[in-house]
This record gives sequence, structure tokens and C-alpha cells, in this order.
Amino acid sequence: MTTNIRYKSRIPIKSDETTEEKQYVGFATLPNQVHRKSVKKGFDFTLMVAGESGMGKSTLVNSLFLTDLYKDRKLLNSEERINQTVEIIKHTVDIEEKGVKLKLTIVDTPGFGDAVNNNECWKPITDYIDQQFEQYFRDESGLNRKNIQDNRVHCCLYFIPPFGHGLRPVDVEFMKALHEKVNVVPLIAKADCLTPNEIKKLKDRVREEIERFGIKVYQFPECDSDEDEEFKQLDKELKECCPLAVIGSNTVVETRGQRVRGRLYPWGIVEVENQSHCDFVKLRNMLIRSHMHDLKDVTCDVHYENYRAQCIQDMTSKLTQDNRMESPIPILPLSTPDVETDRLIKMKDEELARMQEMLNKMQQQIHDGKDQ
Amino acid sequence: MDKNARPLSLSGHVGFDSLPHQLVNKSTCQGFCFNILCIGETGIGKSTLMDTLFNTNFENFESSHFEPKVKLRAQTYDLQESNVRLKLTIVNTVGFGDQMNKQESYQHVVDYIDTQFESYLQEELKIKRSLHNYHDSRIHACLYFIAPSGHSLKSLDLVTMKKLDSKVNIIPVIAKADTISKSELHKFKIKIMSELVSNGVQIYQFPTDDETVSKINTAMNGILPFAVVGSSEEVKIGNKMVKARQYPWGVVQVENENHCDFVKLREMLICVNMEDLREQTHTRHYELYRRCKLEEMGFTDTNPESKPVSLQETYEAKRHEFLGDLQRREEEMRQMFVQRVKEKETELKEAERELQGKFEQLKRLHSEEKSKLDEKRRSLEDEINTFSKKKAATELLQGQSFNTNANLKKDKDRKK
Repeated sequence: MTTNIRYKSRIPIKSDETTEEKQYVGFATLPNQVHRKSVKKGFDFTLMVAGESGMGKSTLVNSLFLTDLYKDRKLLNSEERINQTVEIIKHTVDIEEKGVKLKLTIVDTPGFGDAVNNNECWKPITDYIDQQFEQYFRDESGLNRKNIQDNRVHCCLYFIPPFGHGLRPVDVEFMKALHEKVNVVPLIAKADCLTPNEIKKLKDRVREEIERFGIKVYQFPECDSDEDEEFKQLDKELKECCPLAVIGSNTVVETRGQRVRGRLYPWGIVEVENQSHCDFVKLRNMLIRSHMHDLKDVTCDVHYENYRAQCIQDMTSKLTQDNRMESPIPILPLSTPDVETDRLIKMKDEELARMQEMLNKMQQQIHDGKDQ
Repeated sequence: MDKNARPLSLSGHVGFDSLPHQLVNKSTCQGFCFNILCIGETGIGKSTLMDTLFNTNFENFESSHFEPKVKLRAQTYDLQESNVRLKLTIVNTVGFGDQMNKQESYQHVVDYIDTQFESYLQEELKIKRSLHNYHDSRIHACLYFIAPSGHSLKSLDLVTMKKLDSKVNIIPVIAKADTISKSELHKFKIKIMSELVSNGVQIYQFPTDDETVSKINTAMNGILPFAVVGSSEEVKIGNKMVKARQYPWGVVQVENENHCDFVKLREMLICVNMEDLREQTHTRHYELYRRCKLEEMGFTDTNPESKPVSLQETYEAKRHEFLGDLQRREEEMRQMFVQRVKEKETELKEAERELQGKFEQLKRLHSEEKSKLDEKRRSLEDEINTFSKKKAATELLQGQSFNTNANLKKDKDRKK
């Protein structure tokens, strides 16, 4: 398994030759310094899980982070779900491993796709993401920026049911509503209901449909050419496996003399961490071990910047419309009372224009009458 | 037992104990007919389960998830086993559960079932009817496929089953059950049954009144809903080829009772209770439909004075009422028509008068203008006349003065 520290610090051995001493400056230790500082600061990560009820989202999250986040969860009955709206529930945990602290926030979306009428059921979710962007935007533009909390959603795992032939309308609509706001990673849930052939067929289908509908899912960044072969191979395999077919489990079973996380069936035992059974290990590696920071970067550099640019554009177009001076500091969109006065002003303008027209007409008539 | 008939004991063998056999022979000759409706999401395994149940390969199309509405596709097949012929119709839902807004989904299914009842009712009410030749297309059993989420029923399932329980025998099954472990399955089944009970959904109960089958039926009633796995592929286990699904971690055998309830479903649905399902459809669901339909049309068994009324009388009374209604409506429409015509006439007359008035006014204005113009012209002409006279006069004067000047000049010249 490749280690987290892929860079090598090159502190050359001090030789007696003076030429080499002259060439050594010392900034090769920068990566070490970055490492130290980041460990001290700690990391944060916000993960959103979305999908219908019963897809195994909670089980997967528990399996990924080896904790139990959903101890006292109450599931709704089916009659309560007929008209259910989507809620947003956040769980935040602080976990630590080898001195590295991680503040992990899981954003859960119970009720998605469960009602009988699911038109626009993703609206609460997009609103939530926009709210987090807006919050960060405000904080960033504020005067005191010491303790900005980054609550932006860095990654959204979308669970596709394995019972169908491919994507369903609700899947397509959801991913299209979110692909420009957050990194969408589609997963095939409960993959223990598919034989290897069926998994392959479904993955091909889903990939083809994602392309056909123009859904921009999270793309893994290309490897640098100087990475080692093992890493490049892993990366290649990962890209070919999308979307990942996962299985989660909260229980530990005994198989082949070991205790592993798995599911016990009368016909065999499914091991969650067995690569030939499912892609859970790949997901965990991708999400936590190799691409977590990349997900955060894409969120900051692409999705947030898009939001910010859009926001500022809306605001400046509004300012020029009202003929006010452009201010150097971005003023946040004002609340409704000014919208009211704007409207009144517009109405008065129109009235004046109309009266002017009538006046002109009358003058013209008098003039014509005079001529006659 | 009828009071007028006293039981009599026989002193020898008569032979009417062969009546059941005669019945069986007759029905075997005629052939049997059975109609199954499968409701479930796209891709949940309806067609595969049918293939597995009847051990054959029906033509199946893979449906798309993007159907705008729920449709039903019915296919009829002729099967034969030993000397028994079965005309099997399988009706599948297409696009069920795929739409964003599923509020109308159940309606299409209900409409289909009602249509089959309706055509049977029409056949029954015909004057010249041939019921024994009639191809009965009424749905005898409805297999409702529940997705194996492991939590509970979906909201769509609950809404649909509530609408269907009084029209058809519902047998709920848990599809793709090889994704649920034994303990989860137990909890799941209990949750489903409790939700059905608390919402008053009446699913089909296997009959327990016949002693020969009551024991097994009671046991099966407790195992509902059946957790099934279907497969059309075969895997070699030991030295036999069995229907199974091969996974990297093991092989799920369809006919292994330890793995799933497929065998139980087959036994209950086909081997033991097929005839009961048909009977229930006819005596309970169809009768309910018929009663509702006829009551809607206004037929009752007893008139307001609680005296039995025959169909004929009711029919005559209805017809009379209907004709009277028709006449009344015609009268109304005629009156309304006359009134409208009158109104329109007055309107048009009003408009005519107005136009006339305007015309007169315009004419007046025109003549006024004209007279003004004439005046102006006259004054102009007068001016012209005066001007030309003046002109003539001045010219004359000028001419005279010119002549005088000319004469003077001549005189001057002469004088010089």
C-alpha cells in the first residue's frame, strides 16, 4: 500500500567537497514543514450522502469511518413517507489517527425520493449547498477572517439502486441539479445482489447514460508522469471501475479464520473488504487515502468560484440597473424593502414617460389643427 | 340441509360418486385458464420470476426507465403438463415506479383490472351469450414485487396495494431476496406485515377451511410475504444442473428452501391454491365490482317499500326516467336558444340605431363644412374679381400715363 507521504525529502549527505555545500540551500524541507503545520491545524471534510431509503447509506458511512454515527435513528413508516419532504441532517465527529485530526461532517438527506410525488425533491439539498457557499462568501468578505468555518460540501455520494437496468429519471434529475455545485460521486449500492457479469453490464450502462445525459461527475485528476508505477496502475484501475459498486456492513463475521466486516448468508459470506467481492476498498482509498484533498480543492477552486462569480455578477448587474455607484467592496444582495422602492421608482418612471407621450401628441394635434 | 329433503340411506351402490370425476374430466377437456398480474419496479425481476416459476422462457423485453406513464403489457401462452392444458396470461407493468410524480401510477393498474371485469359483465348481460366459450381475462392473482430495501414498504407500494386489495387477490413477494440476510429478512417481513395490517390492506389469505390443505396453508400464511429469487441460468452443484445465481462468495440455489421461499411460492400459487384463487376472483372481487357497477346505474334488489324488485321493472323505470330527463333538457335548450336569439336581435337593433345616428351626424358635419368652404370660395372669388378690376384699372392708368409721357417726350423732342 503506498504511504501517504509520497514526496521524498532530499537532504544530501554532507560531503567534503565545497561545491556541493554551496548548492545546498535547504528549502527541500518545505514539504516537511507543510506536513507539520497541517497536522497541527487539523483537517475538516464534509461528505453528503444521498439516495433513496434502504440503499445502505448509513451502513456504508459506518463502514467507511469505522464508527457508528446513527445510533438512535428513527425510520419513518411507509404511510408517513407518502408526502415526505427532504430533510437535511448533519452529524459531526472528530476522529484522530496517528496524530492527524479530522473533523468529519456527514450531511444526510433522509426522505429523498421516498414520497409518491418526487418533483423537485432535490431543492432542499441544492438550497443547503448554496447556503453553505453563501455563508462562506460572507465570511470571506468580512472584516475578521481569522476563524472561518468551512462548511461547504466537499463531496456527494449518490447511491444508485442496483435493482433496475440503469439510471432512473429521479437519478438523472438529481445529478444534473447538483453536478455544478458539488463533486458528485455515483455509487452502485447493495452490490451483493448482482453477479459479476451483471455488475459489469450495469456499470457500462450507467457510464453510458451519464455521458448521454451530460452529467459531470467528479473526475479523478490525471497522474503526474513522475509518480511511481504502482500508483499509476491503481489510478488507472480506479478510473475504469467507475461507478463503484459497494457493499457496507455493520457486523463482523468470522471467515477463513479471520474476523472481518461482512454479511452472512446461507450460501456464503460477503466480505466488505475483499476486492473481488466489491469495490469498497477502492472507494475508501479514493475518498480518504488519496483524493480527499483533491475533492476539497475542486470544491474550492471550481464549484465555489463558479458560485462566487455568479453571485458577484448578479449583484453588479443589479447595482448598475439602479444607477448607483459601483462600490469596490462587494455589497451583499440587499433585502426586500429596497426591492419594493425599486419597483415603485420604476412604476413612476413609466407613468412619467406615458404622460410625456400624451403631451407630445396633444401638441402635435394642436399644431395640425392650427395648420388647418 | 334443506328441511323439505329428508336424508335417505342407500341399500346398494348407485354410482353417483363418480360425479367429481366427471367434473374433472370435463374441465380437463375444456382446459384451464389462469391470469397473473405482476406489479413491480422496472428491473425488479418480474419476467425472470415468471420464467422460473413456469420453467420456460417467455419472450421478455427489457423496458426503459424513462416511460412517461405506467402501461400494462399482457401476453397469453398455451402450456401443457401431463394431459392438462393451461391458457396462461401474464400481465406485466411497464414503467411502474419510474416517474418523478407517481400519484397516478396506481390508476392505470386499477383501470386495467376494471376493464377486464367490465368485459365479463358485458358478456354476462348479453342476450345471446356464450360464457363457457368466453376467454376469461379477469386477473386471478396479483404478485406485488417489493424492493428489498430491508427497512419497510415504499410509500408507492402502500398506496397501490390499498387501492387494489378489494379488486384482486394480492400476494406480496420480496424480490431479489438474495440481498437480505436471514436476520434482516425476518425483521423485514414482520415490518411489512405490520404496515399492511395497520393500514387495513387485505392481502390474499390461503384458505384454511379445507382440512386437506388447511395445515399447510396456515403455515404459509405466516411466512408471507415470500422472499424469492429467480434465475434462468443453471449452475452445476454436485452432479446436477440447478437453477442458481453464481456469486464470488457462493451460489444461491433457487430451489433450495434454505436459501429462499421460491419453492413455497410455487407450491402455494400453482400446486395448491390456483383453483381457489380463480374462485375468489369470481365470487368475491367480481361480485363486488358487479354490485357496485349496477348500483351506480341505479339498480337495486328491493325498492323503497322493501319489496323485491326485478331487473325488468328497474330497467323500465330507469328508461322512463332517462327519457323524461332527455325531454326536459331538450326543452331547456330550446328556451335558452330562443332567449339568446331575442337578446342578439335587440343588440343588433341598438347597434343599427347608433350607426344611423352617427351617419346623420357625419352628414351634417359634412354639409356644414361644405357650406363653409363655399362661402370661403365665394369671398375668394370676390377678392379675385376686385383685384383683377383694380389691376385692370391700374394698367389703364399706367397705359394712359405712359402715353402722356410718350406724348410729352415727343413734344420735347420736337421742340428741340
